[in-house]
Formats: sequence, C-alpha cells, structure tokens
Amino acid sequence: MAEYSGVMVHAEVAEGKLATIATELLGCGRGLADNLGEELSAVIIGSGVSSLAQEAFAFGADKVYIVDDVLLQDYQTDAYVPVMEKVVRQAMPRILLVGQTSIGRDLAPRLAFRLETAATMDCIELAIDPGSKRLLRTKPVYGGNARAVFTSELDPQIATVRTKVMTPLEPDTSRKGEVVTVEAGMDSSTVRTRVLEKVKQEVEGISLEAAEVVVSGGRGMGSAEGFKQLEELAGLLKGAVGASRPPCDNNWVPDVRQVGLTGKIVAPDLYIAVALSGSSQHMAGCSGCKNIVAINKDPEANIFREARFGVVGDWKKVLPALTEKVRELMSG
Amino acid sequence: MTVNIIVCVKQVIDPEAPPSSFKVDEAGKKVVPPSGVPPVISPFDENAVEAALRVKDAQGGKITVLSMGVNLLREVVKKPLSMGADEIVLLEDEAFTDGDSWSNARALAMAVKKIGEYDLIFCGRQAADWDDGQVGSGIAEILELPCVTVARKIDVANGKAVVERVTADGYEVIEVSLPALITVSNELGEARYPTIKGIMAAKKIEPLVWTPADIGLEPAQAGAAGRKMNLEKLYQPVHEGKCEIIEGESPEEAGVNLALKLREAKLL
Ligand SMILES: Cc1cc2nc3c(=O)[nH]c(=O)nc-3n(C[C@H](O)[C@H](O)[C@H](O)COP(=O)(O)OP(=O)(O)OC[C@H]3O[C@@H](n4cnc5c(N)ncnc54)[C@H](O)[C@@H]3O)c2cc1C
Ligand SMILES: Cc1cc2nc3c(=O)[nH]c(=O)nc-3n(C[C@H](O)[C@H](O)[C@H](O)COP(=O)(O)OP(=O)(O)OC[C@H]3O[C@@H](n4cnc5c(N)ncnc54)[C@H](O)[C@@H]3O)c2cc1C
Repeated sequence: MAEYSGVMVHAEVAEGKLATIATELLGCGRGLADNLGEELSAVIIGSGVSSLAQEAFAFGADKVYIVDDVLLQDYQTDAYVPVMEKVVRQAMPRILLVGQTSIGRDLAPRLAFRLETAATMDCIELAIDPGSKRLLRTKPVYGGNARAVFTSELDPQIATVRTKVMTPLEPDTSRKGEVVTVEAGMDSSTVRTRVLEKVKQEVEGISLEAAEVVVSGGRGMGSAEGFKQLEELAGLLKGAVGASRPPCDNNWVPDVRQVGLTGKIVAPDLYIAVALSGSSQHMAGCSGCKNIVAINKDPEANIFREARFGVVGDWKKVLPALTEKVRELMSG
Repeated sequence: MTVNIIVCVKQVIDPEAPPSSFKVDEAGKKVVPPSGVPPVISPFDENAVEAALRVKDAQGGKITVLSMGVNLLREVVKKPLSMGADEIVLLEDEAFTDGDSWSNARALAMAVKKIGEYDLIFCGRQAADWDDGQVGSGIAEILELPCVTVARKIDVANGKAVVERVTADGYEVIEVSLPALITVSNELGEARYPTIKGIMAAKKIEPLVWTPADIGLEPAQAGAAGRKMNLEKLYQPVHEGKCEIIEGESPEEAGVNLALKLREAKLL
C-alpha cells in the first residue's frame, strides 16, 4: 500500500483568485513540507478555476490538483466533502491544511470524520515534532485563555488554520509545477442542500480585514448613535469600524462587524478599543495587533492587560477630545 | 407537520468568568474550574435551544435535550426544560469523560439513534470550552445526515428546512432535506428566559440517564479510550503586555494627550 507523504493545502478561491488564506496556508505548508523533505501540493475546487494553478505555484506549491465543475460553483458540504475525499485518497497527503473560514469550519470536521482521522480546528501554530515527525497542532481553547497542543497518529493529519497568523511567501511567478486534473464525478442527487440565495450585509468603506486601523466599540457604547462617533474617528484614520459581540447582538451594527473568535480576525497596525472589556473571545480576533489602545472607564478591565496605551475614563468625554485632536494633527 | 427536535447541550465552565480567574493545571493537562463560578450551558447551545423552541412554536412538536458529561448539575442541564423543552436524556458516566470530538460525537450519535424519532438535531456552532466546532458535523457524518453549520435562522416547512447560514460577508440561504443536523450561532438571537410555569414543569421532568452500555457503545469507544487525538500540552499564554496609562487633568485632556501620544509613537 502507498504511504502517506507530503503536505496538501485546500486553496480556497475568492472572487476568481486564490483567497488570502490560501496563500497563508501555502506559506505555512511550504515550511512544513521542507522540514519533512516532502512535496507541497494544493487542491483548488470550484467552477472555472483551472487557471489558478500558476498562482498556487507562485506561492509555493509543487503540485496542484484541480477539480473544476459547474456543480462546484458554490460551496456545499455534500458536494465538496466527496471531492476532497477523492483527492485525498488519490494524493495521500500526510498533512492537510484547511483555512478556519466559513468554508473550512464546515469542510474539515466532516471530511475528517469521513476519512476516519482527526482534525484540529483553528490552529495558530503548526510544527513538526523532531522526534516523531508528527504534526504538533497548537490551538487556543477556552476562548483563548489557554492553548492546547495536539497530535494524532492517524493520517492524513488535518488542521484548520486561523486567518492572518501565517505569512505567505513572496510570490515567484517563475516557479513551475505539475497540474493534476481530477474529475469531480459529481452525482448531484447526493447533494441534499440547495443554495437559494447569498446575501451580503452592507458594510461601507474599507473592509475590516484589510484595514490598517480598526476602531472598535463594545457594549459600553450604549447605542447605534455611539458608533457614529467611532465612524468619525475611523474615517479620519482611514480605518474601519469593528465591534465586540454585544453591539452586533443588539443590532447597533451589522453582524459582519464583529471581531473575535467567532467573528473577524483583524491584524491592523492600530486597534482602538472603546468601551469593550477585552474578553478573551474578543481579543482572539485582534491579538496579532501590537498597538492596541483602550478607552474604558473601569481601570480593572481586562483590555488594559492587552493594550499598549490606555485612558481610564468615560468614552463620551474622552473620545470627542481624542477625535478633535486627531483631526488637528492629521490636517497639520 | 409537527417536528421532533433533539438539542445537544454541553455543560461548560462559564466562559464569561473574568480571564484573571482562569487557571490551568499544566501537569494534569486540565483546566481548574474557578471556585464560586457555577458552570453553564455552553452559550451557543442555548441559542440552539431557542432555535428549537421557535420551530416548536411555529409547527408544534417535541424537543428532547441531550447532554453528556459527568457531574452534570441538574439545575444547569434542565434549564432548556424550563424554557420549554419537553424531555431530557443524560449520558452520565465516568466512561464518557475526557473524550475528543470523535468519542463525543460517536456517543451522542448512538444516543440519538436510541432516542429514535427526530426530524432535526440542533447543536451549538462550537462549545465554549474547547471551541472545536466538530461534534455537530461528526454526529451528522456518523448518522449520514445532511448538515448545515452556523445557522442564524431556521424555518421548517414541507419536510424541508430553510436555513440562513452565517458567512464572512453576510449569510446564505440554504434549503436542506430532513432529517438534518444544524449547528446554531448567536446571530439567531438571544435565548428566552425560563418562565415560572416552565420552571415548575421542569421540576417534574426526570432525566433519563444512560450509560455506554445503554446506547450500545463499546467501552473502547467511549471517552478517553475512544480518542483519535492526543493532548500533548495545555498551558496559559503569557501576557507580556504593559499598558501605559495616559493621564490628564480631565477626561477630555486625557483624550488630547492620547492623540499626542499616538503621534509620538508614529501611529498617526
Ligand atoms: C464561544 C464564545 C465565542 C464568542 N465570540 C466572541 C467574538 O467573536 N467577539 C466578541 O467580541 N465576543 C465574543 N464572545 C462574547 C464575549 O465572551 C464577551 O461577552 C463580549 O466580548 C463582551 O463584549 P464587551 O466587552 O463589549 O462587553 P462587556 O464585557 O460588558 O464590557 C463593556 C465594557 O465597557 C465599559 N464601559 C461601559 N460604559 C463605558 C463608558 N461610558 N465609557 C468607557 N467605558 C465604558 C465597561 O467598563 C466594560 O469594560 C464569545 C463568547 C463565547 C462564549
Ligand atoms: C486528549 C484530549 C483530552 C481532552 N480532555 C478534555 C477534558 O478533560 N475535558 C473536556 O471538557 N474536554 C477535553 N478535551 C476536549 C474534547 O476533545 C472536546 O470537548 C471535544 O473535542 C469536543 O469539542 P468541543 O467540546 O469543543 O465540542 P464542539 O465540537 O465545539 O461542540 C459542538 C456542539 O456539539 C454539542 N456537544 C459537544 N459536546 C457535547 C456534550 N458533551 N454533550 C452534549 N452536546 C455536546 C453541543 O451542541 C456543542 O455546541 C480533550 C481532548 C483531547 C484530544
């Protein structure tokens, strides 16, 4: 029987290109593959995705498996899991990396159960154990209050990786590799779901994930009105407005603004956290930021354990003064 | 059509307890439950109960709560009953402890089979302790059911469910045939409070308690024995952060000084 070997990345596609997470996984996967002295492959699934192989090579893949079928246009569990199963059984990777995204969260566990192996979700660190050569998977647990390191004896070793924690390689467009086309062989009658509609919730301006400055508000903002003031500051700084969960739950801001473990992962240069306590689940979404600034009336708030600069006070007084001074400094 | 729903709820350490109260026994690779903070139902599982109650309100039907663990506090795991659920099954036995997603999903799937009649199984999107988000998909795979994860709205009609699934930039509307498993997120909306009537009714409901043998689970497949994962290490990340507090004669002045500080630190 063939042996499991190499590292495979599920390379997600977004708007006709490799998604950022795909390039991050390739960067991480390259390191693991080199450590093992084995191959790095990528699997690209979708409709009209054949041309993306070159992009995957540029970001570090040696080999690309393409599964291109109109039935794979939208992600659906019942469509993607069998396709991934087929590719994995053919390629037999030792390690399979998937993004901790809307798709990956759904795909990885189901695939792991189908393949009778074990997945570790939301990893922030991956390494090869020098002795056993097994994958060491570090994952935050208890909302980020603790970290657990897992291994498994079963192949393929599946891990999903949090967005924005791994670094893509500088793309090298001269890199070449082998393309393997795999027939989807889909039987649409086995797909028990149907996507009726995709709804985008309106968010104006710069996207949270791309923003270099994020101004986030918490429960202490008290209302949608309060967030208008955060918009003003964010506008001056060419940044985006984020939120902890309560403002989303209270409909002060759309759900897509939520930063954290179950919201968006952001990594701006500057993160201004106003009237939020800094729960571990919230901080999971911005811990990559070195410059967290806190405004909170409670000197004991956890956010002050995480922040570089802080003001203890009522945001209603602190924020307008901060905003005005920022306006002056930015125009001067 | 009336709808039979099974809701899986996990008892966890209160995830809203202050981070400073959180302690790990590194040698034992265990979390030390904070003293004086009672456990709760994992919050997304409360959303799942709410989802089930909304379907029941609209269609009629029966809700069975399923929970696995040891030292399950009755006042905690029976909360869904006081919210309006009808029955409760507990998998409570030492053999179920220290499982991973495999052993947990397997045991829950076996219990679901034994419960027998169901149109829908609801889980939380992820448990608030190990934040894994695998057990729902695992149960669905073992029972060969379709599964929709991270739901924010569920409507049932004509033998199908229409589910709004949360995505990064909004949501997608998915139709799924029944029976199906659905994992629920907080976007669904807050769980209702127990009513006095509900609390009284819940008092009268005795949980069914099942062991691995009751659900036909081999001892080698339960809890720690049934794991496919090894926990090598459990630790608390260090906080090297030192926060510089910006002062001022007044809050307004502190705001101004903060702006100046940010400029000085080249962050503006
Ligand atoms: C499994 C799980 C996943 C979760 N995922 C996320 C997630 O992705 N993102 C997320 O954010 N949360 C998440 N949560 C919720 C999280 O646990 C907290 O409940 C939440 O982050 C708290 O939000 P907050 O800080 O805004 O509110 P609070 O904790 O209530 O804090 C409000 C703060 O505002 C301050 N304040 C009040 N008024 C003023 C004022 N006038 N001026 C200045 N300061 C003021 C208070 O001192 C307080 O510190 C999750 C929870 C669980 C269990
Ligand atoms: C070696 C090892 C040791 C571990 N030791 C421990 C330990 O000592 N204590 C511990 O708590 N965990 C331990 N774990 C973690 C354990 O693996 C996870 O609990 C498991 O992976 C399931 O993940 P989760 O609880 O995050 O559930 P998720 O997959 O996040 O759960 C999703 C949903 O499934 C349902 N669900 C999950 N569990 C239950 C349950 N018990 N009853 C009812 N419904 C449920 C709920 O609806 C929940 O919202 C250990 C894991 C490993 C690998």
